[in-house]
Amino acid sequence: MKTAKQTFKHGIHPPENKEETNGLPIRQFSFAPLIILPLAQHIGAPSKLVIREGQEVVRGQILAESDGYLSVPLHAPVSGLVKKIAYVPTISGKMTTGIYLEPFPSSTQETLEGEAIDIDSASPEEILIGIQQAGIVGLGGAAFPTHAKLKIPDGKHCDTLIINGIECEPYLTTDHRVMLEQSDDIFLGIKYLMKATGAKRTIIGIEANKQDAADLLRERLPKNEAISVEVVPVKYPQGAEKMLITALLGKEVPSRGLPIDVNAVVVNVATTAEIGRLLPHGRGIQERVITITGPGVKKKGNYLIPIGTPLRYVLEQVGVDESVSEVYMGGPMMGVAVANLDISIVKGTSGIVVFNKEQIEQAPQVYPCIKCGACVDACPLSLNPSKLGILAKFESYEKMAEEYHLMDCFECGSCSYVCPSHIPLVQYFRLSKSIVRKRKVA
Amino acid sequence: MKKQTLHISTSPHLAQGTSVEVIMRNVVIALMPAALFSIYAFGWNAALVLITAVVSCLLTEHILCRLANKRSTVSDWSAIITGLLLGLTLPPIFPLWMTFLGGVFAIGMGKFLFGGLGYNVFNPALVGRAVLQGAFPVAITTWYASFSAERFTTLHSAVLAVPFMEPVIDGTSGATPLSAFKFDGITSEASDLALGLVSGSTGETSSVFILLGGLYLVWRNFMNWRIPVAILATVFVFSGILYWIDPIEYPSPLFMLFSGGLMLGAVFMATDMVASPITSWGVIIYGIIIGALVVIIRLWGGLPEGVMYAILLGNAISPHIDRLVRYRVYGTSLKTS
Ligand code: SF4
Ligand code: SF4
Repeated sequence: MKTAKQTFKHGIHPPENKEETNGLPIRQFSFAPLIILPLAQHIGAPSKLVIREGQEVVRGQILAESDGYLSVPLHAPVSGLVKKIAYVPTISGKMTTGIYLEPFPSSTQETLEGEAIDIDSASPEEILIGIQQAGIVGLGGAAFPTHAKLKIPDGKHCDTLIINGIECEPYLTTDHRVMLEQSDDIFLGIKYLMKATGAKRTIIGIEANKQDAADLLRERLPKNEAISVEVVPVKYPQGAEKMLITALLGKEVPSRGLPIDVNAVVVNVATTAEIGRLLPHGRGIQERVITITGPGVKKKGNYLIPIGTPLRYVLEQVGVDESVSEVYMGGPMMGVAVANLDISIVKGTSGIVVFNKEQIEQAPQVYPCIKCGACVDACPLSLNPSKLGILAKFESYEKMAEEYHLMDCFECGSCSYVCPSHIPLVQYFRLSKSIVRKRKVA
Repeated sequence: MKKQTLHISTSPHLAQGTSVEVIMRNVVIALMPAALFSIYAFGWNAALVLITAVVSCLLTEHILCRLANKRSTVSDWSAIITGLLLGLTLPPIFPLWMTFLGGVFAIGMGKFLFGGLGYNVFNPALVGRAVLQGAFPVAITTWYASFSAERFTTLHSAVLAVPFMEPVIDGTSGATPLSAFKFDGITSEASDLALGLVSGSTGETSSVFILLGGLYLVWRNFMNWRIPVAILATVFVFSGILYWIDPIEYPSPLFMLFSGGLMLGAVFMATDMVASPITSWGVIIYGIIIGALVVIIRLWGGLPEGVMYAILLGNAISPHIDRLVRYRVYGTSLKTS
């Protein structure tokens, strides 16, 4: 048994809080009386509608097709009637075009299938098209179209495929359950991915708090394939692509670069399982596993929830405390607080965490930076958040970007987490980054 | 589900739970052993000096905040630290009105002039002490023997001196070990120094209790241990080499370590987070510079004690250290394969 001792520099150890759901098997969620599907489910161009109001659709049918290369189609998660096409709210607060779909009362699990992608006969290009057609995007939360990520740029090659089973966000146990319950899909997915990228070997990276998943995958490792399972120490943000590459390969991805610059491609484990499950049947994504947890939830668990299920319906089904006061989509470190319960589950929703009044810090007193250095020793990229924060106050955005590598920051939140002065550093950096980007374009 | 208000905040939605108040409160706790010992050793005189310094710092902070139309920041504990540190660097029989003035300068000049907590370039307590040193060179070098029999029965006349009158200096003042060495070539036993059985300022004499407080802070992760370690190691090695070359001319490294304000300075003053560098390598360089300056000023400078100036100089260069010594940012200065 080989255990990777390496990890990345710095990082933090927030309480994991995974015990309450990591032992609960994935359970199927019921269909909501109304499914609401925004067309913008992923990074890139929103899907383009191919159905009209009043039309009856079948589960698995394409409702909207990909609009260009950086886009994927959207499939019907349930058979039903397209009630209307109208603006729907999203988590960012923006309204986008969406489909209101009313499931048929006796909707079956019967699914429309498209063109199957056979692992043995398909070419790498065909696999990439198959992945795009299946509507697959990064399920870890980024929602970046997976086929675009797998496309190796000219002049580069991929040696190592890394399957990301780290799940370093506190509270979330989605990937953990997928690894325990869907190992066959994962291994088949890896086969597709290795063929598509030309990778010679695969490493499945798992954090030490999921040893049972690592043991299970090792036991079932297919023979004659260059796949290994590596367990890495628990540390946030170990699941960030760059941090995982450093831990497993001992290399650093160049600043502003991509994993392929060190001949690696990283794919989330749930995304991998989805590929293995959907491609052989030519199906599209209709549902995903989501951890619903947090002190405000009564029936915590890992649920298979149809895409488009309204958040309000989800919370009603699992039961939430009266005093619920904050709901996050994603984990508590990088997730987004929900302002409107009328939004719905999208492909990138990896978790729903509900906090009660007691967990919400009553807007702590913000002090000036006391230069304690805690943030400097927490930043996984060795940036200087203290200096960046001070520069942000002075609106020296150019200096932040040019001298202090602002644009490398991936908003992991480690710096804010440790800051005793409670400075909203990540918030500053998010704003500064968008200002720098706008100025560049202008 | 009923309609309810949702709380909205930006990520991350978790926090470690430390705060500026917690850090500062713990520094105050860590200073307690040294402060209590100094009262035990020097009696009511020392107690009054310490209390006056703290009260003066708190009052100054409060009044200046009010004058600037800002929320009063006395509750963050940092002014108490400044007051305690200032009091601990003063002679136990220092006139109270001068002590009070020192607090006003420490907070007003050392802290507010720069913009308040977080913006001070120098350790405020040392700024206060430096002003006093310049203004009252005699009073600040008038020492008092520790463990005098009447320390809890009578107050020294100098302590209650009327402002702007020359304090009466009588025969009870004793030479500090450092000045005794400097001007008369006498060294004291290191063990006496470590336990505080010598004369000196209220707090600088008991190294053991100062170290105890420092260890507590390091254990709670509220202090960068690299700073005191770098300073003390530098002083020890530097003076050790000199002692090895010429043991007659130079004092022993142990004497250097345990005498004067070195312990208090290395553990509690140089570690002021705001005025010290931010990276691990930065603070080590900072510590080495301060340590070297301490030895140079003590042995070759015109003053018996150099810790205060060494730290003030260290504070002054620490922004420059931060500019020069940075962590290598992930993924930079690497060739792309
Ligand atoms: S949010 Fe950015 S600056 Fe802060 S720790 Fe993460 S990468 Fe570093
Ligand atoms: S953690 Fe906060 S207070 Fe400490 S150096 Fe960083 S920004 Fe400043």
